[in-house]
Amino acid sequence: MSYEDATTTLDHETREAIDIDRSKGDFTFPERHKYDAGRGLSEKTVDYICDVKNDPQWVREFRHKAYKIFNEKPMPTNWATKDLENIHFDDIRYYLSDGEKPKRSWDEVPEEVLKTFERLGIPEQERAFLAGVEAQYDSEAAYSNMKEELTKQGVIFVTSAEGLKEHEEIFRPWFGKVIPSGDNKFSALNSAVFSGGSFIYIPKGVKLKQPLQAYFRINSESFGQFERTLIIADEGAEVMYMEGCTAPKFETATLHSAVVELVALKGAKIQYVTVQNWSSNVFNLVTKRGLAMEDAEVRWIDCNIGSRLTMKYPGVIMKGRRARGEVISIALANTGQHQDTGAKMIHAADETTSNIVSKSISVGEGRATYRGQVHIPKHLKGCKNNTECDALLINSHSRTDTYPAITVRGNRHATQHEASVSQVSEEMLFYMQQRGLNEGQAMSLAVNGFINDLVREFPMEYSVELKRLIDLEMEGSVG
Amino acid sequence: MSLHIQNLQATLEDGTDILKGVTLEIPNGEVHAIMGPNGSGKSTLSKVIAGHEGYVVTGGSVTIDGEDIGEMSIDERSRAGIFLAFQYPSEVPGVSNANFIRAALQSRLPQGQEIDAVAYYKDLYAKMDLLEMDRKFTARAVNEGFSGGEKKRNEILQMMMLEPKYCILDETDSGLDIDALKIVSKGVNAMRSPDRGMLLITHYQRLLDYIKPDHVHVMAEGRIVRSGGPELALELEKHGYDFLKEAALA
Repeated sequence: MSYEDATTTLDHETREAIDIDRSKGDFTFPERHKYDAGRGLSEKTVDYICDVKNDPQWVREFRHKAYKIFNEKPMPTNWATKDLENIHFDDIRYYLSDGEKPKRSWDEVPEEVLKTFERLGIPEQERAFLAGVEAQYDSEAAYSNMKEELTKQGVIFVTSAEGLKEHEEIFRPWFGKVIPSGDNKFSALNSAVFSGGSFIYIPKGVKLKQPLQAYFRINSESFGQFERTLIIADEGAEVMYMEGCTAPKFETATLHSAVVELVALKGAKIQYVTVQNWSSNVFNLVTKRGLAMEDAEVRWIDCNIGSRLTMKYPGVIMKGRRARGEVISIALANTGQHQDTGAKMIHAADETTSNIVSKSISVGEGRATYRGQVHIPKHLKGCKNNTECDALLINSHSRTDTYPAITVRGNRHATQHEASVSQVSEEMLFYMQQRGLNEGQAMSLAVNGFINDLVREFPMEYSVELKRLIDLEMEGSVG
Repeated sequence: MSLHIQNLQATLEDGTDILKGVTLEIPNGEVHAIMGPNGSGKSTLSKVIAGHEGYVVTGGSVTIDGEDIGEMSIDERSRAGIFLAFQYPSEVPGVSNANFIRAALQSRLPQGQEIDAVAYYKDLYAKMDLLEMDRKFTARAVNEGFSGGEKKRNEILQMMMLEPKYCILDETDSGLDIDALKIVSKGVNAMRSPDRGMLLITHYQRLLDYIKPDHVHVMAEGRIVRSGGPELALELEKHGYDFLKEAALA
């Protein structure tokens, strides 16, 4: 092979022979970056990024303002885990790219990058079932393309950098509006140093039959990935967007801090599907929120399997009458991992409906936390919320916490909240093993059973992948 | 060819003696019944044979067809031919019966070989028909919301699908009304074969009216205290267990 493996002395063939599946995302190529912002974060880093990206003045100002907010805001360790203090902002590299524009054809993508995405199966998926793909490698997209007929319909699917320059008139009015820079420390950080991510615009009445997909790949050590995505579905439009993420297992911690804003105008539907499988030393601190106008619908379908710490609470602001918001989430926390996930539902109009279904699995010493916020103010009427959170514990060291906060004012609303904690008991395992399944298979089956009703919500191609990932996690978790 | 239990001794993890030297041989083609009062160690015997990790085997051996299974894991014993129909089958939420049985069958195939779905369902439906089970059972989660009788039928269905060499039925008759008992017995009788050994664990003679055993053993306080033919079960029915315990002590 023409490339070398930087993480281990074993060659690829040997490693694949030993452990092909589990190492699917665990490989890396030598860095060949033309642009490297260096370690640490300062005004200069922000300017460096602006210069390299040739940002317009308004974006430069936006970044600097956000940088100030980031510095002023304390770490949210008053409510969140102290592990956040182990992020060393001075050691992180905030921008790494080869300075190339994203390619429209895989043939033009540099060989190593192409090999990376081929190993992750992206070009194959694109051919099979996707309407468009963006593949990000460290700070910038290496590939971005969409089916031609969509271009003709006026669909825009480009990187955020291209979006803010080429489509400023659509991009700028919504950018940073659903999630202001000051929403939290990490949204401020992202706003200061963002690069990569997608800008999508679906024109009025256009309904995409196939999903668009983005894949976020971290290749470099001590790196922070800060993609920024803005999706706007115009009146009556429909789109499903899927994202996947992986990174190799480095010795040092890696930071992934994205901001994703969705805007569903009147009667529009946006579904955002995530299957995250970060390696176990990635801090994954992501802010995701959607705005749903009259009769619009925003659905977050979210699966978090890897990472060291994930903090992610996808939200929907239901701003128009009869708007609907939904968060369906699955989190699997293995030993050494903390999945701190949840949902935020802000009802801001009459007859709005929100639904939260969260299932978490804690394995070994893994920890799963659910944080939910549902807000229904007094002056509204006819709002509905349903919240279900179920936790499954596998072995006695694992931990699960639930912090639901449902604020309902006024008496013209309906809310429902259900929570459960269950275990894969010794007796259940004995029963399954007595039928011939080994311990790993038995646990996989129990876990897959636990999330079965949610997996149906994922597109078929992803649910197969999801099941495979869970099988691997469970096999790896038995001694 | 037999399931051979030789001087088997087992304790709880805290050291409490449960099995105090059980010896029993079930040759292929025979049906044996173990009867005995509550707490005599009958259910423990079945779990220890299956490899349950809550017990410590302190002596003796279990062999199937001459092979010692003492070092085998629970699932290895299953694949080697041991089937236990549970007294209290576990629920497996979210996993359909059809998928569960299929996964169990799949675990018996060499890697890379897949079960033929069409043949599988044909076989499954035929056996469900024999047990008078509604087709809807295939889609329902394993034992979830099942009545006692449905659970027991489901155990027999799994047994029929897996076609084990040695079947151990732990109190399969408990909680069954007479109609369900007849159906379950029909399934068990259909499984009788010169190539298969069966061990019925029961508290009552009633089951043995429907499944005729070749041998009957009585267990008390962790030991087999008496063995005989089918007539022994009738004797027990008449005189109860106290009579036997006294006889054993005498």
